[in-house]
Amino acid sequence: MNTKRWASAALLGSALLYAIPSLASEGAALSPFVINLTVFVLAIFVGYYVVWNVTPALHTPLMSLTNAISGIIIIGALLSAAPDGWTPGTFMGTVAIVLASICIFAGFMVTQRMLAMFKTKKKGSRGL
Amino acid sequence: MSINVAAFFYLVASVLFILALRGLSSPTSARMGNIFGISGMVIAVLTTLSLAQMESLFVVLIAIAIGGGIGITMARRVEMTAMPELVAFIHSLVGLSAVLIAFSAVYDPGSYGISLTESNQLPISNSIELFIGTFIGAITFSGSVIAYGKLSGKLKSAALVFSGQHKLNLILAIIMVILGIQFTITGDWTPFILMTMIALLLGVLVIVPIGGADMPVVVSMLNSYSGWAAAGIGFSLNNNMLIIAGSLVGSSGAILSYVMCKAMNRSIINVLLGGFGGDQADTSATTSAGGEQKNHKSCGPADAAFMLTNADSVVIVPGYGMAVARAQHALKEMEELLGEEGVNVRYAIHPVAGRMPGHMNVLLAEAEVDYERVFEMEEINNELPSTDVVLVIGANDVVNPLANSDPSSPIYGMPIIEASRAKTVLIIKRSMSAGYAGIDNDLFYMDNSMMVFGDAKEVIENVIKAI
Repeated sequence: MNTKRWASAALLGSALLYAIPSLASEGAALSPFVINLTVFVLAIFVGYYVVWNVTPALHTPLMSLTNAISGIIIIGALLSAAPDGWTPGTFMGTVAIVLASICIFAGFMVTQRMLAMFKTKKKGSRGL
Repeated sequence: MSINVAAFFYLVASVLFILALRGLSSPTSARMGNIFGISGMVIAVLTTLSLAQMESLFVVLIAIAIGGGIGITMARRVEMTAMPELVAFIHSLVGLSAVLIAFSAVYDPGSYGISLTESNQLPISNSIELFIGTFIGAITFSGSVIAYGKLSGKLKSAALVFSGQHKLNLILAIIMVILGIQFTITGDWTPFILMTMIALLLGVLVIVPIGGADMPVVVSMLNSYSGWAAAGIGFSLNNNMLIIAGSLVGSSGAILSYVMCKAMNRSIINVLLGGFGGDQADTSATTSAGGEQKNHKSCGPADAAFMLTNADSVVIVPGYGMAVARAQHALKEMEELLGEEGVNVRYAIHPVAGRMPGHMNVLLAEAEVDYERVFEMEEINNELPSTDVVLVIGANDVVNPLANSDPSSPIYGMPIIEASRAKTVLIIKRSMSAGYAGIDNDLFYMDNSMMVFGDAKEVIENVIKAI
């Protein structure tokens, strides 16, 4: 418990330390980092509460589904792949598209396969 | 499509991802959840494609088709017992993608919408974010490769511990951070590449000392890392979609790691420091096994069948040994036969039964066991004293009463399925050998316990014949 608290305190501390330049800069526009940090922290909270609601029986499908979702990294790669002519940069981007597609397709597909196996004879679930 | 419209669609996709996770709260809504997830991904990808330059569309579609083909083939072929390997493999791909994207962005910041400073350098904030995204990605990649090797049996699964391990990791981590700072200041390739190499090495060193029973924690932890890697890349590209999806995955993996650690009564730090299930555990086995001679009783499958058919209620406690012996289908057949005799058969699952969180539930579901008959440890423990027969198959440490009674035991405090409180306990096991934790199990020597020796599948098949 204590270690967890220390870890989160350290995490928060380093985030703040990193945020100081953005916080200190006096500008009319929001720094993108501040927006990103807001989204990041809120998304973690949403994730925390949603995932605690997942029934332990479905923890393996949860993992394969999150595998597929982490394939979202594909959109980072899509931004750069082969705009005009091949450079090492676009090549790496294209390889990343292939890899991320594997995650997406394998992740959703295997989740589908597993979930199809969970059956019950009783009508109406007690929400196991 | 304008950036603002794109941001709107990203919001829709993010909500769909949240609904996808929400769907997993029950098996009935889970399939819909997966469909939400797929829709979210389609929306996110189409939106991004409409932002990217169209002349590259052909290459992109081919790349997606190749990846999709490989992914679908893998998902179709994988055995349910091999799920942890597949999951670890996917983590490694996410990690590697993050590294590739970061490299690509450092090489050509313009195509990612990162504008350079006047001195033609990456802005400091982008450098820091790329550095963070890269090292998390690299650690995820090499760590997952090692985890995959251990899970698939290509590498020795035992913990590899050597002296000075943690000091070495610490020193490497410090060097990595220094290189990262150097990269931020100079924008040079050399510190960036060196930093990535050290991160790759760190990934290996962090996972190598963890083995055996701790693998579920490792898989969950890498699940979490793969999410943080995506979120890190999202920060560098100022892309909220990546940040949201990455954080969802990251917190999911973190929660799973926590659940697994709690089920083994260990702190995450303790797991990371490693050594459990390795040599240290062997020495504790010899010390606790020494001392007085204990006697156990054993019986044959026919006696077991007699006890099972005469019981009113039976609780089956499966462990990973059951899955290794591929006994789940035979078990399901036995459950049906007993059901016809009027016996109430249920299953009790310990959170760490199997090699990844929830693994045993999937293995039972594959054998078409009704999920309404499958209970979590906390749900069923109170009912065990009134249960006639508990049948333990291929499980060991998770039913060891020493976890409740012996403070000197390495598993003391670990929550267990309290099989010993049932009227009769049948244990199907190959021999009297110890489980992962390497300690003797008092349950086997209790007056109400009966051992049935043999391969789990053969024993169950013989029991079926005798019924």
